[in-house]
Amino acid sequence: MTDYLILRVTAKFLIPLILLMGLYVQFHGELGPGGGFQAGVIFSAGLILYALVFGLYRLTQSIPVFVLKVLSSLGVLLFAGTGVVTMLLGGEFLNYNLLAENAVTGQHLGIFLVELGVGITVASTMLLIFAVFADQEGHD
Amino acid sequence: MIELIVNSALLLFLLIVAIAVVRLRQLLVSVMMFGLYSLLTASIFVVMLAADVAFTEAAVGAGIATVLMLAALARLPAEKEEARSRGQFWPLVLVTATGVLLIYGTIDMPGFGNADTAAHRGVAAQYIENAPVETGIPNMVTSILASYRGLDTLGEVLVIFTAGLGVLLVLGGIHPAIGSRLNSQEGQSSDTQEQSG
Repeated sequence: MTDYLILRVTAKFLIPLILLMGLYVQFHGELGPGGGFQAGVIFSAGLILYALVFGLYRLTQSIPVFVLKVLSSLGVLLFAGTGVVTMLLGGEFLNYNLLAENAVTGQHLGIFLVELGVGITVASTMLLIFAVFADQEGHD
Repeated sequence: MIELIVNSALLLFLLIVAIAVVRLRQLLVSVMMFGLYSLLTASIFVVMLAADVAFTEAAVGAGIATVLMLAALARLPAEKEEARSRGQFWPLVLVTATGVLLIYGTIDMPGFGNADTAAHRGVAAQYIENAPVETGIPNMVTSILASYRGLDTLGEVLVIFTAGLGVLLVLGGIHPAIGSRLNSQEGQSSDTQEQSG
């Protein structure tokens, strides 16, 4: 796969744009369509394109499978942790109103954290599944 | 009127693609057709002005699901052309009966876009009225998913997490050192590639 010059050049041009699009969807989800789920999928799609063109080895060299495992749990922890923090502050699970003095600011902060958790888990889990599938290719 | 034409055309394409997925014998082509199916579904959601759902369908259904299916396909042994089995009378009867029952069930469904249904008279009105004020977030879908229905979304994330865990346990668990195996097997060729490139 690495011998295709046009594919490599085009991928190198496209991948930063896809990753940027993923970040945009992640942090712009409050204003436009999108959110953590879509952002995570788009972000992982960019990195999967990298793995398809330049080889899985190059990807797992920059992002080891170990890191992906940690990140995929970290997102869930961030989501559930936000809920636990609101409980410790004296409210219900995932009641963001208590995260700041102002209820609206609290909602903003809570939704931001929760969406970030979703994005991290989705992106890393998709990459993890892809890495496991692609790694076994032709080995057994 | 124009919406009716667009919807009918999209649904017709959807039907054609669905039949093609079943009829085609090559798995690779079937997977591609599945991607096309998702893209058409996303277009229908766009016509319905459900931008968030369309976005998810396009990114997940047409994008990542297709790639993951292809990656899974690459692991399968070489395809064998299977003889098409004939004379399966009872399966056809069963499938037809199920289909008829399902279509019968849709008769009780409310009309398309009917504003008087239970779904539209319940909490939806409250969300529309309160969501922008209570959360200060213009995109109502985000505020419902992340705040009002936060617990549901947590469950959704846990499903994704569990899926990754399952794949790791089934496929990755056999060889615990998945990373080191990659290093030893593909490291050489990749390094030489880097020097020449």
